[in-house]
Amino acid sequence: MNGGEAEGHANGSFGSGGRGASRELVPLVLRPLAWMARFFQHQGLMRSLMMFVLFAVVTCAIFAELIAPFSPTDIGYDILRSPNRKYLLGTDQLGRDVMSRIIFGARPALLTAGASVLAGVVLGVTVGLVAGYGGRWVGAVVMRAVDVMLALPGLVMAMVVVVILGNGALSIVLAIALAQVPIFARMVYGETLSVKRRAFIDAARVVGCSNLRIVGVHILPNIASQVAVLATAALGWSILVAATLNFLGFGFSPPDASWGVDLQFGRQWIYQAWWLSVMPGAAIALTIMASNLLGDLVADYVAGGARANERKIRFDGTI
Amino acid sequence: MSLLVFLILHLIPGDPAQAILFQVGATAEDVASMRERLGLEDPLWDQYLSYLGGLLQGDLGTSFLYKQPVSEKVIGLLPHTLLLGGGALGLALLVGIPAGITAALFRDRFLDKLVTGIAVTGVAFPAFWLGLLLTKYFALELGWFPSLGTGSLKALVLPIVSLGWPLAAILSRLLRESLTEVLRSPYLISARSRGYSGIRVLFRHSLRSAIGPVVSMVGLQFGGVIAGAVAIEVIFGRPGVGSYLVESMRAKDIPAVQGIILTIGVVYLLANLLVDLGRAGLEPRVRDEWSSR
Repeated sequence: MNGGEAEGHANGSFGSGGRGASRELVPLVLRPLAWMARFFQHQGLMRSLMMFVLFAVVTCAIFAELIAPFSPTDIGYDILRSPNRKYLLGTDQLGRDVMSRIIFGARPALLTAGASVLAGVVLGVTVGLVAGYGGRWVGAVVMRAVDVMLALPGLVMAMVVVVILGNGALSIVLAIALAQVPIFARMVYGETLSVKRRAFIDAARVVGCSNLRIVGVHILPNIASQVAVLATAALGWSILVAATLNFLGFGFSPPDASWGVDLQFGRQWIYQAWWLSVMPGAAIALTIMASNLLGDLVADYVAGGARANERKIRFDGTI
Repeated sequence: MSLLVFLILHLIPGDPAQAILFQVGATAEDVASMRERLGLEDPLWDQYLSYLGGLLQGDLGTSFLYKQPVSEKVIGLLPHTLLLGGGALGLALLVGIPAGITAALFRDRFLDKLVTGIAVTGVAFPAFWLGLLLTKYFALELGWFPSLGTGSLKALVLPIVSLGWPLAAILSRLLRESLTEVLRSPYLISARSRGYSGIRVLFRHSLRSAIGPVVSMVGLQFGGVIAGAVAIEVIFGRPGVGSYLVESMRAKDIPAVQGIILTIGVVYLLANLLVDLGRAGLEPRVRDEWSSR
């Protein structure tokens, strides 16, 4: 019974009508496969591949200890081995397995990106709501400040924050979050203004709802889908900015695995061992590609996604 | 803007005077006299006012690290970065616009899929990784271009390509979307039915109305170019505003960081102003089209 319901939901999401009556007979293991097949049928090869990549990266991040063939930090005698059967992606100048480092590197990459997007959304939405709902003067002052923040490219903004807060994982997260705040604030501000004008807000006020309730119960749900689209788009951007910051030497702690840092150190060995820098870079690029695609999917799925889609290009354009 | 930059940078923990004197094994008195000389003992407000006063005269302060006016250093480096950024934007337009037109005209057919597929990689590849790949193949293996330095025009090729590639990808995607929309609109059918040739319809009627988002994107991308230049300049060992920024940030050279960030902000704003003017020039297209008939 439950299974049938889940299938129905999956069907609904991708717009194909459920047909077989033998749904309940499909074993649990096969169900994800069927789901994947349907996804492939509707979304094509590229998107399916990318969803697989996303799945793989998330799995690596969660179960790194189980998946990685070697320890990411153990040094050994097999140094600078090119990719071979034992070390699938080769070893680095200290004899560490590159593949294991990449697998372990998924964790900080996803955590940083996820946490910073979350913080950026919370801060940006709050600022935008306050500016949009707070009346003309509040809005004007807050948005002027937001404009000033937008006058700096996101990466430069993040660099400044890292320099102020000092090196470390937390300051990287905060830096990337702050760099996103103006973009979210702007969008939420505009949306709030247009929602605020609609009749049901007046109705809510007439019935005697408090301002907090109007914002939380009546305005926020109306802009949530747009925020969701922008947030998934911000994910790829955050991974990119975090990698760039790490690459430039901000916020790293060398022995731990990190794609950006590994790329930076591997760069010195580009003559002798290309895999040291190329492989972590490939991991970064694939993850960004996959999360951008996730953003496209969310935009397709969410109502009014196309409008938010235009805005998310902001992220693509201004690293 | 200047206040923001000033304030946030003075919140940086760590004493620049100590940072400067750290290597030479200075005593506490040395540090104190250094602070005096740098004006760090004055109240923050006075520091800001004198900074602002200098700013009006084009004085960005003196770099702690180089003992040289920041403005001199930045102005000396700006052409390098602008050359790189301008080249990258130029490449992006040169590649991105034809690619976008192709994709829109052959929508959902092979050529479109090819262009879109390449564009997807362009958006996702970090510029510094692309730069690295290009260095490996074209500089180290084929030896066509130098991998480092600024010597010749040839040395500009790889940095420009790695910086311009993602921009081209975004522009082509954007143009594909907006041009597809325009191509579906009724006034194009009417133009075709009046017997105008496909080429004329494409360039005079469709492209002019589809190019708007692309133009405003170019303005936004200017910020991306400057930010991207930071990593690219570091990778290719090029002098420029970006690599200077990284260097001063590591050394906690506050006046330099302030100056560079202000410069980046101003350049970015100017670029956006130019783009807005350009858009304003394009905008009355509909009126012009119809009144000239």
